[in-house]
Amino acid sequence: MNLPTHVRYELLRALRNRRLLGISLAMPFAVFYAVAPENRHAQIDGISFPLYFMTAMAAYGGMWAAMSPCSRLARDRAKGWTRQLRITPLRARTEVAGKVLTAYLAVLPALILLYLAGVSLGVRLDATQWLEMTGLLLVGLAPIVAAGIGLGHVVSVDALTPTVAGFVVILALFGGAFGRLFNGGVMLTIVKLLPSYWLVQASKTVTGSGDWPAEGWIVIACWTAALVPLAVLAYRHDTGDD
Amino acid sequence: MRWGSIPGSSEAQNAPSLSSYGSGERPAARGEGPSRHDHCRMTAASAESGGIRAAGLKKSYGSVEAVRGIDLVIAPGETVALLGPNGAGKTTTFDMLLGLRRPDAGTVAVFGVPPAAAVRSGRVGAMLQTGALPDLLRVREVVSLVASYYPHPLPVDEVLTRTGIADLAERWTTKLSGGQAQRVRFAAALVGDPDLLLLDEPTAGIDVEGRHEFWQAMHAVAERGKTIVFATHYLEEADANADRIVLIARGGIVADGPATEIKAMAGSRTIRATLPGVDLAELRGLPGVLSAERHGDAITLSCSDTDAAIGALLRSFPSTRDVEVRGASLEEAFLELTLGDADGDDRDANGEAASPPGEESG
Repeated sequence: MNLPTHVRYELLRALRNRRLLGISLAMPFAVFYAVAPENRHAQIDGISFPLYFMTAMAAYGGMWAAMSPCSRLARDRAKGWTRQLRITPLRARTEVAGKVLTAYLAVLPALILLYLAGVSLGVRLDATQWLEMTGLLLVGLAPIVAAGIGLGHVVSVDALTPTVAGFVVILALFGGAFGRLFNGGVMLTIVKLLPSYWLVQASKTVTGSGDWPAEGWIVIACWTAALVPLAVLAYRHDTGDD
Repeated sequence: MRWGSIPGSSEAQNAPSLSSYGSGERPAARGEGPSRHDHCRMTAASAESGGIRAAGLKKSYGSVEAVRGIDLVIAPGETVALLGPNGAGKTTTFDMLLGLRRPDAGTVAVFGVPPAAAVRSGRVGAMLQTGALPDLLRVREVVSLVASYYPHPLPVDEVLTRTGIADLAERWTTKLSGGQAQRVRFAAALVGDPDLLLLDEPTAGIDVEGRHEFWQAMHAVAERGKTIVFATHYLEEADANADRIVLIARGGIVADGPATEIKAMAGSRTIRATLPGVDLAELRGLPGVLSAERHGDAITLSCSDTDAAIGALLRSFPSTRDVEVRGASLEEAFLELTLGDADGDDRDANGEAASPPGEESG
């Protein structure tokens, strides 16, 4: 029905969730400032450390923010509110669209805050590059958003925090958000299959020292193609009767 | 007992009340004002499409038959109470009327369309039995949010005032008492200005004063020609607030009619007397006595034939004093009509017939 109002209140709830703000904004920001100043002039993976780490932390915070509908959904589900919504004219697709939009709107501050932090330590990109990086990160977060909505429909409130934390932290770690782990070999081949690897690589793409090859797009597309139907299934399982 | 109540075979018993609605004619809705869009909606709808029509509804959860054949026709503008003990199948029936559960058998039409379609068009508002409010929102925000889903919502402030929660408007939803939260849920059910309100145990958790306010607000809604169906196990509530009572026990309708008719149907009367130290079994054995209870020296006999019972009582126990004969209260009628349920299967304490396995609490 009224998507803007729905999204506005969803967003309001996201912004009022201090834990979410702490983990998606404050923590990556703090980690960036704890690590990057001392490595200000270092190079990593062929680019400047602040650029690499700024993008990595933006991706990390972005993943948390992208998962933000998950805990809201699980709480609403536990309280029976999602059931209450089903007896209003709110359509399922509006509800889901609202969740996706809110997730992305929660991602943006996480990115912008880290961009500012990066700039303060000498990261310089032109406008096109900033936009391109943002675009890549948003696209790369699509499977994470889908995973968040899917998990929100199946995981209980009790199991939620460890599930989401495990999911995000493992993806971030192996994707190289805390530093590049592998420079070759089987493990590199494996981590390249993770969407988080390509999120971190967005920094190299925009500076021209690497790019999102077809492989990157395929990995993101496959994860999205796999997780969206799973989220739909989870939704149906959750809201379907008996 | 006369009301050998076979669920599903309610037609014969309900003949008087059903016949008036069963002809396909929509009876003039009580107090139906010339309210805005309702009028054109009603005239546009064919006579058959008014209100609720449920036929042959059945629903089982595993081996538990929660609803075993319910036929129900509710005309627009009626206020109907679904009265029954916990586990009778009220909530399952509600869920099917709302399209939240698919019946195993039978059909439901709400305003002439399937329940889900009626819900989508914004003509239905409901308070489910379980369900809390979303966190991180204030009371006014929740009600506004729900209002935004409906095509023609009422002004939020008006609804807050009418439901007596205007002073709670800025309160966080997580800082409400049970009764306050219940009123907010009522406001959420009202704010879309639905033509049909389904309220499942709406006053659970509300204190006495709050109940009074609640029913006042509901009467105001009824006076605007809205159809209201509420479930309750409080007899006085059904008696005082409904045009018609549908008594549900063991998954079927055991009686259907105005409160007075329900009382008459039960037909039993009560004898009270003072008789110390008597054996209840002996009392139960007296002619015309259905059941006997004792509280201290006072005995209460529920009777199918008070004349026979009094005679036998005084002959057998000449020391009987303070004899008093009373017509059945609604409560007694209720107990009699649903008696089988009381000693029947003991269902979960949570109330309604066992949730399906694996179902989340909501």
